[in-house]
Amino acid sequence: MASTLVKEYFREDKLPHIWCPGCGNGIVTRAIVKAIDSLGLDKDNVCIVSGIGCSSRAPGYLDFNTLHTTHGRALAFATGVKMAKPELEVIVITGDGDSSAIGGNHLIHACRRNIDITTIVFNNNIYGMTGGQYSPTTPTGDKGTTAPYGNLDANFDLCELTKGAGASYIARGTAYAAKQLEKFIAEGIKNKGFSFIEAITACPTYYGRKNKKGSAVDMLQTVKESAVMDKAWDRLSEEQRQGKFKIGSFHVEAKPEYTEEYKKLIASFNKGEE
Amino acid sequence: MATTTTVGLKSHTVEEEWCKGCGICVAFCPKNVLELENEIVVVKRLEDCIQCGQCELRCPDFAIWLGGK
Ligand SMILES: Cc1ncc(C[n+]2csc(CCOP(=O)(O)OP(=O)(O)O)c2C)c(N)n1
Ligand code: SF4
Ligand code: SF4
Ligand code: SF4
Repeated sequence: MASTLVKEYFREDKLPHIWCPGCGNGIVTRAIVKAIDSLGLDKDNVCIVSGIGCSSRAPGYLDFNTLHTTHGRALAFATGVKMAKPELEVIVITGDGDSSAIGGNHLIHACRRNIDITTIVFNNNIYGMTGGQYSPTTPTGDKGTTAPYGNLDANFDLCELTKGAGASYIARGTAYAAKQLEKFIAEGIKNKGFSFIEAITACPTYYGRKNKKGSAVDMLQTVKESAVMDKAWDRLSEEQRQGKFKIGSFHVEAKPEYTEEYKKLIASFNKGEE
Repeated sequence: MATTTTVGLKSHTVEEEWCKGCGICVAFCPKNVLELENEIVVVKRLEDCIQCGQCELRCPDFAIWLGGK
């Protein structure tokens, strides 16, 4: 049996999903579905694209047009879908590794083009699927199987990265504050341009165990306590910000969208032929 | 399977086959309505429930929801 939401938008026969007990991926996936539902979008007009990773398995459970592609390349496939059928709402589900390690180049260029795609990164600070290697968002000093003594690299702030690269809607929410996350995702879908939503979530199995972060409940509690709304964040001292991170809808900008510009270009050629 | 518990106008349903016993709904319920028994959630004190929906909101397995089957 399932709730009306699950009956309407999930492939019920594929449930229960394969994610570990307490993995935040299910919470974020539900928030995406709620956002789509709140906008009243026609299911057949939505295409959800993912790469490879635990998070990227989400579209397999969802009853829309779905595309499970190759590691790091979700945005390349999604760009193709959007160019071929600009009328579709194209949504990308990706992991921190998928989007910012192997797929980092696709990410910055999709931002730069401001193509009308909404990307939701499930940021669990680790490569979950392959057993806990550190990713570009593993905090400096934290452990992974490939960083047994602590990660030396500085971690990306994905919202700052996508801002620098040119995304026109940027927000960060959490699996704890799932209602607010749903609102950010809906705003991102409504934005005509490249929208980037970072969902802070938890991988209790690998990141949690490697870094002694406790149970799934403990990890969600930590997310709750560490997330600070941007307005409140601005009033904190550097010292008070230690161990915390900022959430909110950070950036909205009206600027030319790629498929629209492409359409105009084609139209200009057709005019010349008349 | 799936069990619906009803008290007055309030009902909660649990799909036991999907519940993985993570305890998230139990921990964040503001009214201590839920408990784990043998690693499966049980709706224990529905009379105290304020229908806030937080259990359904954060269940990673879509295994608990407000309303009937
Ligand atoms: C080209 C290629 N390289 C490496 C892999 C192995 N691989 C699969 S998933 C993954 C990382 C997944 O991490 P992330 O994107 O953060 O997702 P998560 O599993 O944490 O949700 C890697 C390295 C692959 N499938 N394809
Ligand atoms: S390994 Fe981590 S990210 Fe993957 S399903 Fe398990 S808890 Fe979730
Ligand atoms: S609806 Fe709210 S009060 Fe009722 S069981 Fe769920 S979390 Fe607890
Ligand atoms: S949150 Fe969901 S999976 Fe976890 S114990 Fe509650 S009903 Fe079960």
